[in-house]
Formats: sequence, structure tokens, C-alpha cells
Amino acid sequence: MAQVSSIEDENAPNLLSTSKSVLLRISRFNPESDDSSKFMEFTVSYEKWTTVLEAILDVKKHHDHSVAVRYSCRQATCGSCGMLINGKPRLACFTKISELDSNVVTVEPMNNFPVIRDLAVKFERLFETHQKIKPYLINENSELESDEREFLQSPKEVEQYIQFANCIKCGLCNSACPTMSTDSSFVGPQALAQAYRYVADSRDKGKDTRLDIIDESHGIWRCHFAGSCSQVCPKGVDPAMGIQFLRGYLLGFRS
Amino acid sequence: MKESTIMKIHYGTALASVGLVAVHILMRLTTGFADSLSYENVLANYRSVPYVIMLELILILLAVHGFNGLRVILLELKQGRVYEKAVSYGVVIGMIALIGYGSRTIIMTNMGMV
Ligand code: HEM
Ligand code: SF4
Ligand code: FES
Repeated sequence: MAQVSSIEDENAPNLLSTSKSVLLRISRFNPESDDSSKFMEFTVSYEKWTTVLEAILDVKKHHDHSVAVRYSCRQATCGSCGMLINGKPRLACFTKISELDSNVVTVEPMNNFPVIRDLAVKFERLFETHQKIKPYLINENSELESDEREFLQSPKEVEQYIQFANCIKCGLCNSACPTMSTDSSFVGPQALAQAYRYVADSRDKGKDTRLDIIDESHGIWRCHFAGSCSQVCPKGVDPAMGIQFLRGYLLGFRS
Repeated sequence: MKESTIMKIHYGTALASVGLVAVHILMRLTTGFADSLSYENVLANYRSVPYVIMLELILILLAVHGFNGLRVILLELKQGRVYEKAVSYGVVIGMIALIGYGSRTIIMTNMGMV
């Protein structure tokens, strides 16, 4: 292969040979046969650009194909590969080993989700709570007649909700939320952020319906503003802010 | 009751308590702190009707706030239909019992029955 010379450092011998190695610790657990989880350790080599997901797939390919991990897009779009990486909820495909600044990379299944096996967790609760807040435009006139045009929105109106529309349902926020860990009925930051996403949409007429849904004993009021959801969201959604906006409606500060 | 109504009461009682508890503490400073808690002074406090009304208000506000806060903690600790019903009724009973017992003390002392 042709030698690539570095622009920054003329003395760098070869940019392609910067490979280092790291200890990858993977949590293994099969609820059907194991009492508790245990770690399996693998030494994997990585480049500056290698993601944690690539390292796990490397282990599957060369060491142990039975490691269970869910992924699809490999580009922070599908929301499949959420897991705890060195203790923090992150997308494995969106986390480079080099950015972790550690010789050890520990991957575990997300908190607050039941484990199917190893790193793969059940999403039923997230899908259920997401569905519960009616994540679609509620508008009697949404069926277009042949001569009608789509609803127009000004850039300002789009700005009201577009940040919240970036949610990829990865569940990292729910995994980071302290209330989620003790309150098994809590609606959770993901669903609350989506409730705000539709309530704030000028085309939507379902505000009262949705506010009613989240205004119950395990609804929005069980958020105590730890803010960890917003810290871990890989898409900049900021569920904690959405929750405060929704509270504004319920307390009469917004209309 | 709607959860938002309950939480409005929760925040309202919190804010009102801050004001009244501040007055309550400032009253301790009118004389020396220890002095203000001497037997005669405490009894004298209870004879003052405006002060007694304030004590009764603090009692109600904090009983409502505290027991609702306890309800919140208990709801987040464990879930289940029967348990949650027990918690809801339990805290209302606790609230009423505390206000009742506190009011009895306040009224009896005010009327010179101790
Ligand atoms: C007078 C000053 C007080 C203020 C300003 C205050 C304020 C608050 C606020 C704002 C909350 C809601 C927190 C949340 O939703 O995350 C809260 C919760 C709570 N408060 Fe108070 N409070 C006061 C006094 C008390 C007292 C004296 C008690 C006990 C008797 C008490 C017991 C609770 C409990 C148990 C909670 C539930 C915890 C929670 O919801 O996170 N508070 N308080
Ligand atoms: S709000 Fe962010 S962290 Fe939560 S599910 Fe959506 S994208 Fe993931
Ligand atoms: S694989 Fe799709 S978000 Fe990571």
C-alpha cells in the first residue's frame, strides 16, 4: 500500500500503522441459564477511528461469535446499539475507542432495560410508553384531498420542535434516568420528550389529549430534574428541557 | 385529583412555608434563642392569637406538603394497584391525624389548658 505522509507531522512514519490495543470487557449474561452476569475479556487492536461497536464485532468475528449485540445502521441513526460504555450510556457505533481515553473499555447492557442476552435488551417498555403519548400529528384535516397542499410551517414554527424530532428511540435517556430505575410505571424521558415534540408542532391539535396522558401519578411529575437524560442523548434532543416546557403548560406558564 | 393539581398544592405549600417558617424563626430571635424557648415564653407565644394562627397554618402547610412528599417517594419506591391505593389513603389519614393532633396542642395551650 502506498505510504501516506502526514501533513501535521513530517516525521510520522506511517499514519496507517498507529494501531494500539485495548482491553475490551464484555458483560455476558443469559437470563435463561445464568444467575448473574460475568465479564469476558478480549484484547483488541484499534485505530484512531475504530468504534466500540467495531471492536465488539471484531470479537464476534475472531474470538467468540456468541456475543449478543444489537445493531444495524452503524451511523447513529437506527438507535439499536445503546449500551453502557465505561459506565455511561452511549451508542456503541457513535463512540470511538480513542475518545474514551482509557486502556480498558467495559461494555454492559443498558440500565433500566431487561436483558435478553449479553448486550441486547428488551425495548417493550420504551415502545409502550412512546406509543402511549400518541407520537403522531393529531389533526382532523390531516387526510389531504386531491387539490389540497400540505400544511405550511414557518421556520420559526419548525424551530419549536425540530430538535425533539431528532430522537432515534435509542433509550439512552431512559437508561440514565434515576426515576426509571425505581419506578417501573414511570413514563420516562424518551416518551415525555416526544410528547413535547408533538405538542409544540403547530400542525398538531392533540395538546390537551397528550397533557392529560402525562398528567398522572407515574407521569411527568415523577421527573425530579436530574438532567441525566439530556447529558447522554447522542442526538441533542434535551428531554429534560422538553419536560420543563410541558410542565409549563400544566402549571399555566405556557399556553 | 389530577396529579398537576396535587403538585400545584405541593409547590404552593412549599413556597408559603418558606415565608411562614422564616417568620417563625425570626420570632425566636426577638429575644435570645434559648430564652425564647423557655417554658414561660413558649406559653406566652401560644396565647398570642396572630402567632397561634400562624403556627396552625405552618402545621397545615407542612403536613400537606410533607405527607404528599412522602406519597411521591413511596410511589416511586414500589408499584402495584393495592399498594398505591394504600399509600394514597395512608398519607391522607396521616395528614389529617397530624393536623388533628397538632391543632389539639395549639388550641389547648392557647386556651390555657396546660
Ligand atoms: C419550607 C421549606 C420547604 C420547601 C421550599 C420545600 C420544597 C419542596 C419541593 C419544591 C419539592 C418538590 C421536589 C421535586 O418534585 O423534585 C419538595 C418535595 C418534598 N418535600 Fe419539601 N419543601 C420544604 C419543606 C419540607 C418539609 C419540612 C418536609 C417534611 C416534613 C418536606 C418534605 C418533602 C418531601 C418528602 C418531598 C418529596 C421528595 C420529592 O418529591 O422529590 N419538605 N419539597
Ligand atoms: S431522546 Fe435522545 S437519548 Fe432519548 S431515546 Fe431519543 S435519541 Fe435516544
Ligand atoms: S447501530 Fe444504529 S445507532 Fe448504532
